[in-house]
Amino acid sequence: MTQGSAVRRGLLASAAAALIVASACSSPGATTASSAPSASGAAFKRGDGGDLKILYWQAPTILNPHQATGTKDNDASRLVVEPLAAFGPDGKPVSNGIAEIPTVQNGGVTADFTSVTWKLTPGLKWSDGTPFTADDIVFTWQYISDPTTASPDLATMETVKSVEAVNATTIKVSYKAPQPNYYQFGVGPNQGILQKAQFKDFIGAKAKDAPGNLKPIGTGPYVVSDFKTGDVVQYAMNPNFRDPNKPYFKTVTFKGGGDATSSARAVFQTGDADYSWNLQVEPAIIHSLADNSTKGTLFTAYGSLVERILVQFADPNAAGDARGEPTTKHPFFSDIKVRRALAMATDRATVAKELYGDGLTGKATCNILAGVGDAESKNTAALDVCKYDPAAANKELDDAGWVKGSDGVRAKGGVKLKVIYQTTVNSVRQKTQEIMKKNWEAVGFSVELKSVNSGVFFTNTDPNGANHFWADLEEYANNSDPDATSYMLGWTSQHIAQKSNNWNDTNYSRYANPAYDTILAQLQKETDAKKRADLFVQANDILIKDVVVIPLIWRTFATSGYSKTLKGVVPNGWDSEMWSIADWNK
Amino acid sequence: MTTAQSSIAVVAPAGLLKPPRSLWSDAWTQFTHHKLAMAGLATLALLVLATAFGPFVYATKINEIDFSQSLKGPSATHFFGTDDLGQDLFARALLGGRVSIAVGLVAVAISITLGTLVGALAGFFARADGPLMRFTDLFLSLPQLPLLLTVIYLFRDQLRAKFGPELGIFLIIVVVIGLLNWMPVARLVRASFLSYKQKEFVEAARCVGAKNGRIIFKHIMPNVMSQILVAATVGVGAAIITESALSFLGLGFPPDVPTWGRLLFDAKDYLDFAPHWAFFPGLLIFLTVLSVNYIGDGLRDALDPRKTG
Amino acid sequence: MGRYVLRRLLIAIPTLLIISFVIFMILVLAPGDPLSQFGADPRVPPEVRENIKHALGLDQPPPIRYVNWVTAMLRADFGYSFMSHSPVLGLIQQRLPTTLAVVGVAYVIGALLAIPIGMVSAVKRYSLFDHIATGFAFIGFSVPTFFTGTILILVFSVGLHWLPFIYDSTLKVTDAKSLGEQLKQSIMPITVLALFNTATIARFMRAEMIEHLPLDYVRTARAKGLLERIVILRHVLRNSLIPIVTLVALGIPAVFAGAVITEQIFRVPGIGELLIRSITDSDTPVVAAILFVFAVLVVLFNLIADVLYGVLDPRIRYS
Repeated sequence: MTQGSAVRRGLLASAAAALIVASACSSPGATTASSAPSASGAAFKRGDGGDLKILYWQAPTILNPHQATGTKDNDASRLVVEPLAAFGPDGKPVSNGIAEIPTVQNGGVTADFTSVTWKLTPGLKWSDGTPFTADDIVFTWQYISDPTTASPDLATMETVKSVEAVNATTIKVSYKAPQPNYYQFGVGPNQGILQKAQFKDFIGAKAKDAPGNLKPIGTGPYVVSDFKTGDVVQYAMNPNFRDPNKPYFKTVTFKGGGDATSSARAVFQTGDADYSWNLQVEPAIIHSLADNSTKGTLFTAYGSLVERILVQFADPNAAGDARGEPTTKHPFFSDIKVRRALAMATDRATVAKELYGDGLTGKATCNILAGVGDAESKNTAALDVCKYDPAAANKELDDAGWVKGSDGVRAKGGVKLKVIYQTTVNSVRQKTQEIMKKNWEAVGFSVELKSVNSGVFFTNTDPNGANHFWADLEEYANNSDPDATSYMLGWTSQHIAQKSNNWNDTNYSRYANPAYDTILAQLQKETDAKKRADLFVQANDILIKDVVVIPLIWRTFATSGYSKTLKGVVPNGWDSEMWSIADWNK
Repeated sequence: MTTAQSSIAVVAPAGLLKPPRSLWSDAWTQFTHHKLAMAGLATLALLVLATAFGPFVYATKINEIDFSQSLKGPSATHFFGTDDLGQDLFARALLGGRVSIAVGLVAVAISITLGTLVGALAGFFARADGPLMRFTDLFLSLPQLPLLLTVIYLFRDQLRAKFGPELGIFLIIVVVIGLLNWMPVARLVRASFLSYKQKEFVEAARCVGAKNGRIIFKHIMPNVMSQILVAATVGVGAAIITESALSFLGLGFPPDVPTWGRLLFDAKDYLDFAPHWAFFPGLLIFLTVLSVNYIGDGLRDALDPRKTG
Repeated sequence: MGRYVLRRLLIAIPTLLIISFVIFMILVLAPGDPLSQFGADPRVPPEVRENIKHALGLDQPPPIRYVNWVTAMLRADFGYSFMSHSPVLGLIQQRLPTTLAVVGVAYVIGALLAIPIGMVSAVKRYSLFDHIATGFAFIGFSVPTFFTGTILILVFSVGLHWLPFIYDSTLKVTDAKSLGEQLKQSIMPITVLALFNTATIARFMRAEMIEHLPLDYVRTARAKGLLERIVILRHVLRNSLIPIVTLVALGIPAVFAGAVITEQIFRVPGIGELLIRSITDSDTPVVAAILFVFAVLVVLFNLIADVLYGVLDPRIRYS
């Protein structure tokens, strides 16, 4: 059911980001990115429009972004609760009218990247008419960073030392150490500012009792007029919105539920929805619905989301407490030649073409760190492990002494190349599994497929989950922060998920390589952008050459449809899809 | 034939009915005169044979991926057309039928046997009624989905190790569907028993000294048969469909094992431009349920005490 | 009968306690946890998970959680949803009207259509009407609702543009126009569900009538010179209703639990949708509360069915 990626929240962008605006397909008019939203100069009048219908196939259940459980909640709250600035389509911060963007050039950011000063636009008001001040921002920091509040965004505050109000319209953010991603605090999809007056009695353990969780007060263009949990949110215009010309729509209806295909029908075929979220289904379906649609347009935006297959290094079938522990060794994937053969037998081009429409919803990639500009490796395409070559795979296995038995499965010393390959329940992934099974069985592996409900898969508590990884191979998608340090730490030996840490860590493959650890240690200190990019490339290349992970597809971060009459929608791979909603009009 | 006999065995457990041979041949003669029942039996036999032996005869593999052939309609090379990976749907339907028919019939056999037994005991013996019906209430209240999640979570690995990924999951699915669907049968059978056990013919049988077992199986059961058979027919379709719902939640068979319900589910998003994908598995489920129904109809008539008597 | 009902009501209390304990333990044993949404997010550190767990009360042993839950239920305190941080009772109340308006209406329509269809099918067995009814019935239970729903959407929403397929729960019926809109958006989900209900109940009705038609009392009634219509309606129908009462009583609690797939296809915010989503999100308080209410209804309606048997057939007695 869950078509989306493993992680769709918590995206931040920094240095460089790639944005590709793809037309739905060849025939319909291509979407072009219009200029980034600005605080003034709208070509429409406030309240001229009627009702805007937004359709998500997952329904929002909570509207406090810091208690949210998914993209649906974050996006639904974004109409009301805003961060200090948005990330634009190029991955750089864009002012939304709340504050001026601090940079090193304008003196807002200190040269050592440890402190950032934000200047708020004077006279800002909350939707209830009370003034929006630096105190609210300080409070939001306190709210999230109180561990007892149990906010999923706590980790984004880990590098923040303090947030202080210099005066009513100036705040100073201090980081504990040089922070190359100095927009960590305050910018992007999970940094919405809460109103102190509404939440001050609900910090810590009482956070879950806050009435504001369902009806937050914000600074955004709309206010919540009614919220039926798990079904629909209705919004009205914010009477105190900072731009007197906005928003255009009198009301917004944010409906949730259903499935991706019928959501696509609603925007492309019947016109029942003005905007339909996350339509990532098989290209044949997208083409049949969107190609000749007179009602809607498909748009996509790339971030750093990569669909990948992880290789298990520990023994997933070891007896008792040793099962999947880093102390054990995988019976055959510990042999680099077997891993290399597996990678060479992987036909990612076919998957990209047939299941992602060659750029419609994703492209083939052999980088685990993709879409991050200079930090993305250009070396991998030429590697043998990145080329689909069954003959080379066979040779690799022959040379290593893995001999085909009568059943077509290779074996050596009584060990057969039998793998269990798991992923979530999702029709595109199940088809990917079938193609992979075909690919790998052709060179002498025996493949058993397993699909797990995503609610079970993405837990550290279930043996069928991704963290335990009690299988030989597993597939899912994940994306990086703009600064990829924490993402790449997920292959260091310090972060191996195992029984002693309750499988609560990020290196599911149990990969351990001192050379890789050293590069990541350097990345945690280095501040020079150029050197950082080089280090990221090196780290990426190690993982690919060593076949720790087999990247398949660089996927679109956003794949949505909107009505041909709707204007002002700007695709963005680094922030919420609702980031520019103040500018939407018809 | 095989199926017809096993259905009889279901409703009249062996050993209790010890009729002279003539009754069975009488019933069979009656049955053969029921045209629809014979048609149903022929269809079901054909489906069973085709799915059991078809995959050996029909050479095309179920997992031959060929994108140049994707979503093609029925043709001489692909009788049922192809799916979006270009896989042959006829081969998939043949193999899928094995699982679907087996799940449908076995799960229903379990639920009907259990339901009839509980219902008959509760309806006939007043003292058993209370406890048995409270037990039924308990099962009726059990949440199917969380229970399945739990059972599969707890037992999948053991059964997989013992019987392999396909047979292991088959056993779980069949047993769980069977064990979660006997309650309506039990309630129905009990209600009829409550009503029939006060009737004159039961009194009469008791007067001539008939034992309880004989009264239950010989006198009352034939009257309840039609309800049981309807429940069985409805159950076959429901079990086939439930299996597909399980795959949808990642609880069913490995994702590359086709079943009719699964084919139908995969096809639903392609209905407007590849209707053949859904049409054939849908038709096969329909035919299976329909033939089970008419066989049931024929059986009921054949075993009707008033007709044969 | 009064004493019987009273005794049954008293027995219902321990029955429900046992049922609730079994349900609760199943939920505790079930895989998945409410934190799964954060599971793959490397940015959620272990201590945050522990905090969330503590905040949700998940760090206590299951028996203590059960006792807390049951005593709270007795005070009509259904608890808080993990996912929406709001009272479970409110969530159920929000969805009950929609569930009744769609699933409930479909059920009533199904039962009301099924009885005459089943009767005619039985009286005119193997007539054209019977064959058509049989055909429809078998489509009803061999074709899954996700399939019939999709076909209806393709024909009536995409093809003809007659009916909307996104259920608008914010619509308030105030005048003829809004009533029309309400009807338009309810037709398809109700049809899908009613097809299944009608099919099932009609088959049982037909089977039971066929069973009764050749019986002696029917012959006697006819011999007395009663009109055939009177014989069927007064005698056969009444005697054939026992299985129908059983089935309908079993079906009413299921109405409360909603119709998961149909609700999802048409985006009807019913209790079924809430239940399935809460199960996949491991939102245990919501799941437990819905299942508990469901169990109460099961016990209650089976009691009602037992009482009705006595009304339909005065010879049925309970010791």
